[in-house]
Amino acid sequence: MPADSQPTSAPEGAHVRFEHVGKTFPGKGRRAAPHVALDDVTLEIRRGEVFGVIGHSGAGKSTLVRLVNGLETPTTGRVHVGPHELTALSESGRREVRRDIGMIFQQFNLFRSRTVAGNVAYPLKVAGVRRPERDRRVARLLDFVGLLDRAHDHPERLSGGQKQRVGIARALATEPSLLLADEATSALDPETTGEVLALLRQVNRDLGVTVVIITHELDVIRSVADRVAVLDSGRVAETGSVYEVFARPQTPAAARFVATALRDRPTAQTLARLRARHPGRLITVRVRDQAGFQTKLARTFLDHQVAADIVFGGISELQERPVGSLTFELTGPDGSVDAALEALWADGVDLVEEEA
Amino acid sequence: MHEFVTNLSVYREAIRQTFYIVIVSVVAGGVLGLFLGLVLYATRPGNLLAGRAVFLTVNVLVNVVRPVPFVIFLTAIQPLMLHTIGTTIGTNAVTLALSLSAAFAISRIVEQNLLTVDPGVVEAARAAGARPVGILLTVLVPEALGPLILGYTFVFVAVVDMSAQAGLFGGGGLGDFAITYGSQRYNWPVVYITVATIIVIVQAGQFLGNWLARRALRR
Repeated sequence: MPADSQPTSAPEGAHVRFEHVGKTFPGKGRRAAPHVALDDVTLEIRRGEVFGVIGHSGAGKSTLVRLVNGLETPTTGRVHVGPHELTALSESGRREVRRDIGMIFQQFNLFRSRTVAGNVAYPLKVAGVRRPERDRRVARLLDFVGLLDRAHDHPERLSGGQKQRVGIARALATEPSLLLADEATSALDPETTGEVLALLRQVNRDLGVTVVIITHELDVIRSVADRVAVLDSGRVAETGSVYEVFARPQTPAAARFVATALRDRPTAQTLARLRARHPGRLITVRVRDQAGFQTKLARTFLDHQVAADIVFGGISELQERPVGSLTFELTGPDGSVDAALEALWADGVDLVEEEA
Repeated sequence: MHEFVTNLSVYREAIRQTFYIVIVSVVAGGVLGLFLGLVLYATRPGNLLAGRAVFLTVNVLVNVVRPVPFVIFLTAIQPLMLHTIGTTIGTNAVTLALSLSAAFAISRIVEQNLLTVDPGVVEAARAAGARPVGILLTVLVPEALGPLILGYTFVFVAVVDMSAQAGLFGGGGLGDFAITYGSQRYNWPVVYITVATIIVIVQAGQFLGNWLARRALRR
């Protein structure tokens, strides 16, 4: 797609804004209790960023993304998309806004009755784009996602990754400024996931499209998102840059996510095994993006005559910065271990002692 | 057998009438049934144009009409026949009754087949900014086309059957022919030839329906 498709008129800053948004679904059945999907959600998605929303299934992620394009309407609060207040518009008004928002799905949701080209052409037909122009745009989009040679095939003949690329081409057909991805890679194998995420990155970088990614997989957030919101039981537990949230989760919900995804803190079972083999005190230190961090640790232990053995942990990279944690077994003369820990705490090192 | 030959022109006319009754009924009933089926699907709670009052009204109407045996339906709507076409006998009267009966049968077939379409594609169409009526006609009907063709074929066979029953009411067509020239004169060859003709029509229709459905389903 050409560069002129990029949004120019809209102001910098917020692209999507949620103000105290709540969504409650009536219970199914006569006596069932209503289900609170979202509760007092306030967040801001900036123009041109890749924004991730992570949470376990049932945390309200899918509801959240459907509020952005008005497929659902909130029970309370306000949703703004660009200059529009979605919650103040009629259904036909929301339809207009939707044409500037693309959406891709976990199960792709391609039209089986249409060819690959027919699928991509559909939003253009809806928008009233006429034949020769429509064909030109479809060809350009299929070329962009690398499926020009499959234009006349039906979706059932494509692999999962190819189907999602058709989904992306269809979502971009009307040159939207915002793309919503609802668990877009959850039905794909790891390799294909990587390809689709790379394509979403390209959509963001090359076309300037704001991308909102909903997922339960931290790896997805880690590889493409700039900022992330952690959703826990319908509430936003934490929002921030992906690095901040990963390296220093502030809330238990975020910490749990990071722990399960990075597997940096030993689990209870691992800890029991570690303890059987290592009689000394066990501490876990969160690795910092700081030059000489490990030298500092080593020097502190040495100064206090504490022997420090790395028994568990790992360091990986996140947004080109190191992240992870290391578990040490500390042994030394009476009081020396406590003194060393005091010194590290005083230095602002983020550490926890694993309880016996 | 020579007696049948003398009735050949009547036989030809009967075939022509049967085709007229069946084709008009399937087309008119098909269009009306499609409309009713779309209304049933769309107004169902939680669907595109959810509307409790409309859904309940149409649903009850379909449920009231559908179980009525065709021969009884045929007499029950005689006031409507008189009002619209001025007579309660003859080909047109029968065609009107058949069209309505077929429409109610088709409405359920349409509703059921649309309900089997993955709601995900409806959501994709909504996300693309399509209007509800547009989604019904450009997404749901094409997505369910294969099973819909098979459903219409089923109704076609039922209409051929009912058109023969309508012969009892002077409705013309092959049923009328078999009764008047066959059984009432103990001329069994006429009855058997008529039966064979109806079997050929049904087989041809079923074959065509299967072929079209296979193409729609790409199998």
